[in-house]
Amino acid sequence: MKLLYFAWLKTKTGRAEEDVTLPEGIATVGELLAWLEGRGPGFADALADRRAIRVAVNQAYAQPGDPVRPGDEVAIFPPVTGG
Amino acid sequence: MIRVQQEDFDVGQELAALTEGNHAIGGVAVFVGLVRDMAGGAEISAMTLEHYPAMTEKMLGEIEAEARARWPLEASLVIHRYGRLEPGEQIVMVVAASAHRQAAFEACEFLMDWLKTKAPFWKLEETGEGAQWVDARDSDNAAAARWTKRDPDAAE
Repeated sequence: MKLLYFAWLKTKTGRAEEDVTLPEGIATVGELLAWLEGRGPGFADALADRRAIRVAVNQAYAQPGDPVRPGDEVAIFPPVTGG
Repeated sequence: MIRVQQEDFDVGQELAALTEGNHAIGGVAVFVGLVRDMAGGAEISAMTLEHYPAMTEKMLGEIEAEARARWPLEASLVIHRYGRLEPGEQIVMVVAASAHRQAAFEACEFLMDWLKTKAPFWKLEETGEGAQWVDARDSDNAAAARWTKRDPDAAE
């Protein structure tokens, strides 16, 4: 799975993108976030406030209960501020 | 039409190209967003717009398609820049053209309201105290939500 981080999520996690192999039993966006949170203090800090982050799976907004699969592109970012 | 680009754009040229040859157009509404020099009392020297290219194109395309489904538009255009911009520079241009003004005005507002809350862009402002990511505003969410209420297919 390809993970992308934008804006301050990139700063806090210390990376813009990475390829990860999903551990067994991770099938939803919520489960993915919980797993990422346990990867270290940077991730825990970045993902602490779930209201402050948005997730897109294959370039479409996703909710915590939505499925994630090994070949997906998952992006994590703050609420958008363009325009 | 959707364009996401680093370079500046010429509003007059864009309008001329968009409306050329289409005499069914009776009204054109245009919004152009510029970089302000102040934010929350702090002076801004520049801002950098980051984006998620693949999703930006997709979301802007969906938002434009939604506008064209809701209003009888003859033409529409969204140009959004990314990269480092200084105060006074153009960030975004949204155009809605229709036979009559009401559809053009409404669609133009709708495009901007939805763009601001759905298109994956993030602003990093540079001030004297360093660079800071801009927070999303509740007022932008409220502005976007009013179009959901107005959707005739939506349940009240």
